[in-house]
Order: sequence, then C-alpha cells, then structure tokens
Amino acid sequence: MATVEADKEHEGATRRDFIYVAAGAVGAVGVVAVAWPLIDQMNPSADVLALSSTEVDLSPIEEGQRIVVKWRGKPVFIDYRTPQEIAAARAVPLSELPDPATDEERVQKPQWLIMIGVCTHLGCIPKGNKPSDARGDYGGWFCPCHGSHYDTAGRIRKGPAPKNLVLPDYKFLDDHLIKIG
Amino acid sequence: MKKTFLTFGVAVALMLAGGAVLAAEGGHIEKQQWAHRGFTGQFDKAQLRRGFQIYREICSGCHSLKYIAFRNLLDIGYSEAEAKAIAADYEVEDGPDDEGEMFTRPARLSDYIPGPFANDQAARASNNGALPPDLSLIVKARSSAHGLKAWLLSLLDPDRMGEDYVFALLTSYEDEPPEGVKLGDGMNYNPIFPGGQIAMAPPLYEEAVDYDDGTKATLDQEAKDVVSFLTWTAEPKLDARKRLGFKTMIYLIILTGLLYAAYRRVRRKVKGH
Amino acid sequence: MAGNAAFNPTKFNPKNRVVIWFDRQLPILSLIYSSVGPGFPAPKNLNYWWNFGSLAGFVLVVQMATGIVLAMHYTPDAALAFSSVEHIMRDVNYGWLLRYLHSNGASMFFIVVYIHIFRGLYYGSYKAPREVLWILGLVIYLLMMATGFMGYVLPWGQMSFWGATVITNLFSAIPLVGDSIVTWLWGGFAIDNPTLTRFYSLHYLLPFIIAAVVILHIWALHIPGSNNPLGIDVKGPQDQVAFHPYYTAKDLFGIGVFAIFFAYWVFYYPNGMGEADNYIPANPMVTPAHIVPEWYYLPFYAILRAIPDKLGGVITMFASILILFVLPWLDTSKVRSAKFRPIYRQFFWILVIDCFILGYVGANPPEGMFIIISRLATAYYFLHFLVILPLVGLVEKPRPLPESISKAVLEAETAKTAQA
Repeated sequence: MATVEADKEHEGATRRDFIYVAAGAVGAVGVVAVAWPLIDQMNPSADVLALSSTEVDLSPIEEGQRIVVKWRGKPVFIDYRTPQEIAAARAVPLSELPDPATDEERVQKPQWLIMIGVCTHLGCIPKGNKPSDARGDYGGWFCPCHGSHYDTAGRIRKGPAPKNLVLPDYKFLDDHLIKIG
Repeated sequence: MKKTFLTFGVAVALMLAGGAVLAAEGGHIEKQQWAHRGFTGQFDKAQLRRGFQIYREICSGCHSLKYIAFRNLLDIGYSEAEAKAIAADYEVEDGPDDEGEMFTRPARLSDYIPGPFANDQAARASNNGALPPDLSLIVKARSSAHGLKAWLLSLLDPDRMGEDYVFALLTSYEDEPPEGVKLGDGMNYNPIFPGGQIAMAPPLYEEAVDYDDGTKATLDQEAKDVVSFLTWTAEPKLDARKRLGFKTMIYLIILTGLLYAAYRRVRRKVKGH
Repeated sequence: MAGNAAFNPTKFNPKNRVVIWFDRQLPILSLIYSSVGPGFPAPKNLNYWWNFGSLAGFVLVVQMATGIVLAMHYTPDAALAFSSVEHIMRDVNYGWLLRYLHSNGASMFFIVVYIHIFRGLYYGSYKAPREVLWILGLVIYLLMMATGFMGYVLPWGQMSFWGATVITNLFSAIPLVGDSIVTWLWGGFAIDNPTLTRFYSLHYLLPFIIAAVVILHIWALHIPGSNNPLGIDVKGPQDQVAFHPYYTAKDLFGIGVFAIFFAYWVFYYPNGMGEADNYIPANPMVTPAHIVPEWYYLPFYAILRAIPDKLGGVITMFASILILFVLPWLDTSKVRSAKFRPIYRQFFWILVIDCFILGYVGANPPEGMFIIISRLATAYYFLHFLVILPLVGLVEKPRPLPESISKAVLEAETAKTAQA
C-alpha cells in the first residue's frame, strides 16, 4: 500500500494540481491587494496634497519688486521685472549660457519671472530678493554658499551650479492671480 | 464542537438573564432608518448638504467642527467653486506677517472650519459655564444602546453608532419637566440626556431653516439631516469602507473556498484513496 | 482523517546549486523544511482546535505590519496624539483601514489566544513533557496584555487616559514602595505626556520580544511534537503525517475562514468591540461615568474589584494569572485529554462559563448583585485550580485510552463508512 501511495505522490508532484495553482493565483492577488495600502500610505496624505498648490495674488507687487512665497515647503521667487531687466535677459547670446535657455522659454508673461528659489548646486537659497541684497554680477541672484551667479532670467552664469533656477508649474487664473502647482 | 456551542449558549443565556434582572438600562432609544446603515448603506449626499446647512445656520453658533476642512466638502457633492465660495465666507487667522503681526484672511479649501470661540473658556463664558462640545466626532462618541442583549442583537445589524441617540436627543425636548423634578437654572428638560437636564436649549424646530434644495423642513427632517451630516463628519470614509468591504468579502469567500478544496485534495492524496 | 497515511520523513535535498550553496552556510532553508515542511512529523489526528496557534502567529504579523506603518503617522504627544489618529483616519491613504485593522486585530489576537489556551486546558497540552511550552505561552500572554494595555493609551481618548490611571494606580497598593513605583511609572504626578511617550516606546518594542518568545515557544513544541485530541503519545510513523502539505494546507484554509471573520469586524463593525468614550479627547478634569477596560481584560478587572481590599484585589488579580504557571503540577491526572476524563470535562465547561461570567461582571459597575456574583465567580475560579483539579485527578476513573492514534483513526473511519 505504501509504495503505491509513494508512486502516486511522485506522479502528482510533477503535475501541478489545478486546484493548487488556482488557490495560489487567487492568493497571490490577495497578497498584492494587501501590500498596496501598506505602500500607498506613505504617499502624500490628503492634507499634504491640499497644500500642493497655492494661489498668489500678484496685484500688491510693485514693478521691480521681488517677493518670496512658500510652496510645497520650498521658497518660490516672484519677480515683477522692469523693462530693463527683461531687455538684459533677452540680450544674452545662448552660447554664453552654461545651461542654455531663452528668456521667452522661462516666462509666460515677460514681466513675471516665477522660479523655485533653490540653488541648483547644493540647495541653498540665493540672495537677491530684498533691495539690500547682493544680486551678483548679472543683476539677478547670488548664492552665498558657493558663489553661483544667476541673471535676470534666473539662469546660471557663473559659479558651480549646473542648471538654471527651476521653474514650477504655474498658470494665470487671471491677469493678477496665479496658481502654482 | 456541540459542547462548545452549548456552553457558549449557556454562558450567554446566564448573562442575558442577569442583565435583565440586574442592569438598570437607560431610556430606550428608538432605531431610526438611515441611508448609511446596513451592509451596503451609503450616505445620501444631498441629505449631507442639507445637514451641513443646518450646522452652518444653527449649530455653528456654539459648536465647532474642527476636524472638517473646507476641502472635505467636495466629498459630499459640492463643486470646487462652491466649496471655495463657502470657505471665503469665513475668516481665519494667519501670520505672523513680516511685521510680526497676526492677521485674518478669508479661508481657503485647505483651511479647517473655524469654530465660534477662540478657546474653551470663551465658549463657557458665552454659555453659562457649559462647554458646547466639538461635533466632528459626536456620533461616534455616544452610543445608542447599552447592555449585552443589545450588543448581541447588533451583530446582525452592525455599526450602529450614536446616530439614534443624537436624533432622539434633538427631537425629545419637553417644555415642562415631569412631576417632582426641579429644573436647574438655565437648564432644559430632555429625557434622553443622562440625568434629564441639559444646558443646550432645543436647537431645532419646524421651519428653522429654509432648505436650499426645497425639502420641507420639519423637525424630524432637520434632525435626520444634521445627524446624517454629523455621522459623515465622524466617519467620512464610511462609503469607501463598505464598498471595499463588499469586494473583500467576495474575494475572501472565493479564496477560502479554493483553499478548502486544495486542503481536501491534499487530504485525499495523503490518505491514498 | 488519514487512516492509511504514514509519515515517511524526507530530508531537505535541494537540486538548485544556489540553494545548496546558501543553505550550507546558513541552514535556514533546511530548518524551515524540517520544522514546518515535509520533513516535520505531526500527529495525523489534529482537529481544527489546533489551527489557533498558526492563527495567533498570523495576527501577530498583521499587528506588526499595521503597527509599523501607523507609527509613520502617529504623534506620541499628549497635545497631538488624538488629532494624529484622526489625521490617520481622514487624510492618510487607507489610514482608516490600517487603523481599524490594528484596533480590531488586537481583539482578534486575544480571541484567538484565548481559544488556543482553552484548547490546551481541555486536551492537557500543558502536561508533561510540555510544561515549559505552556509556561512560555503564558509569558507570551502576559506580554500581550502589557502591549495591549499600552497600545490602548496611545489614542489618548477618555478611556485611554482613565483606564491607564486606574490600572497604574493599582501599584500604589504595594506597601512601602507603592507610591514611588507609581510615580516612576508615570514619570510625573499623574498620567501625562511622559507616560504617553514611554508607553509608545515600549508598545513598539514589546511585539519584538513577543516574536522572540514565540520562536522559543515553537522550538519547545518541536522537541516533543504536538499533542493531539486523544492526548496519547505518538507511537510511530503510522501515527503521523508530514506537516507540509497536510497541515500547511489546513492552516491556510483556517486563515481564510479567520480572515472572513476579521473582515466582518474591520469593514462592517469596526467600533463594535470598542468604547464610544474613547472618541472623546482625554480630559484629566472629567472622569467618565463608567471606566471599562478593553473586553479582553474584563475577567481580571472583575477579580480585582471583587476583593474589597485594594492590595488584596491586586494580589488576587495577579494570582489568577500566576496560578496558571503551576497548572501542570496542580492537575494530578495522568490522562491528558478531557475526551477520556468524564468528570474533568464537566468542570472544564463550568470554568469556561465562569470566565464568561467574570467578563460580564467586569463590564458592569461594581454595585448590588454584581458584587456578590463577582466574588462567587472569583472564588470558584481559584477553587477550580486549587481544589477541583487536584482532587478530580485522584478520584476520577478515566475512560480506557486507545492503543494508538492510528488505530483510533482507523476505527473512527470504519465506523463512519459503516454508517454511510
């Protein structure tokens, strides 16, 4: 009796029974279904997502003034550029730029320059927003940590930073109201 | 197995008998019909919006709703524009500004509904020393039934929270206390409230609000609507929970059936016939 | 049943070169094979009451997984704890599900463990040579009680606060050093933030200690092997089957049934075993009308309050658990399984009823008839272990034990086919 059973079991072992495959497959689906909430809970929660976009009223900003707003935990520079600043940015040949980009590509309306105020070198916040701040050699912003100079379009001109100041996603809800994010 | 059930039954019977003899169970709270009750119950969002209207026009004078943000209103059927407009009607504190001053600004979707008082002491000062509780969780912080018998019966109609209690409270005010009961200063008689005397004056009455959706505002309707709303504020994920529960149960029943079949197969092979 | 089956132990014999290389250096795969795999013999007649050990292990894993992710969002500060739990329930993706799994999982853990313990009481699993196994199980139970107690404090609701106040105050009953101990436990002069933060730390730690003791528990089990419903020793391979696939398949099926039961609570009655008062933030100035611990502590709460003296109540309550440690030596019967112990069997069921009565009394205010019942039920509890068990073992005439497991199984099968 024992040998017959052993043979039968041997045969069975090489031919996977359908019911085991079915149960295993359905079980595997369950494992994935259980794993998903355990992983997804680490994604931003609803209250964090609610703060993932911010609206900024531009009307109190004067021409030539630069302000900083907080968005997703980072500073965003908003610059109401003077015509001189715009002209200076547009006069720069692309060949002079370590990270070439035209001024037109970096703004939606020429007088409003909106950028994330984090130096692309190692993450410090460049100076240049307050009238008393140093603005670097190109009239834009200057990062005091390692000496990166940005121009009036926020592009890197001199110093260790590899890229221009990053542009956030934003849109104009009307002439003086933007939504960032 | 039989012995197990028998013993369990005896134990339960003893406890029920004991409960009936010994326990002084409070006033019986009637069971109401609720859209969200039952294994497949879901909130009626139009009802929730009516309930929010009642909260805003009547309750918010004294009660805060601190766990609800204006963005949550999108979940009960308001559009983003409508919710933004509702938020903009409220002022919230922000700051300090660059001068170091705190300031107020209109609320945004991400803000929480501001309460009527700056702190508990201010609330008490305005309410004869009584503190109107925050209502976000009130429906889960109260129970509608007590005792073992009620609990055992609830297993077949589960998840009864404090809805029936709060509804009964709102609709059971009596003008005069019964014979021999002296009302404290400023108190109102309500047989549902433990002790019978409650500091809150009856907040609802016929036609207390003019519903935006035109529904007739009887006392019962108002109480139903606001309690449904408060059930949502206490358990905003109820809809999602029951929907996922249904899918999960189906899945588990199928999986367990397959696991049983697999087990039987294993047994047959091991048995050898 | 598996009347004709016999266990032919197979050895771990991998063909894959990587597996061979790895297992030679860290023989964990062969360990798994020989302890829960085709290499481990188990009695062939285990019934479904033997599923509850693996179910307990399953729930432990669920609690640890949900606990670790909940800890990513919870804030252990008296001013923020309650709100952080509401944040989890409302804003964290699937937070409501993780929270309800964890809170109901705690209840599930105790349901499963209580059944597991009573299985042991009925079938004599605590008797020689499994006394250390039994004791390790009790250590796990004590650790579970501590873990559950501290976990319930974390949401910082009214019951969290006041339940903790009542139970920690018990230690002041200890003469001379009681008050110092309580102050030490509290980290202050009342339950407050320092208490919360240390309970959080220990609540995170203890489950890992539990897991370690569970490993010892399984190790201690594997020396003599499992007991079985007949309570008689395994005589040879004809009494056994391989743990895998026989009991792995059965355990998986058991987990499936259990998951349905668990899902009912999580999805359809998530607050059914809880207290409404815990949805009120803790208020040190307002005591709830009825302070009740979670249901799994109720019998002990009843025993505590049954004794009118504070220190007496504390001692009696601890004694009711500690007495279980010496159970193997209190029970004088040489026969393990209640199946063959007609007198003991009746007293077993009376003990079960007594425990339910204690639990019921614990949920009610200590007034009137409840006081008398709690005292009678407490007295009976100790009577069972200290008087009845020793006497019954001596006086009882056990039913004749079967010759062997395989004979008994074969007889049962022929009887069944004869009926059919």
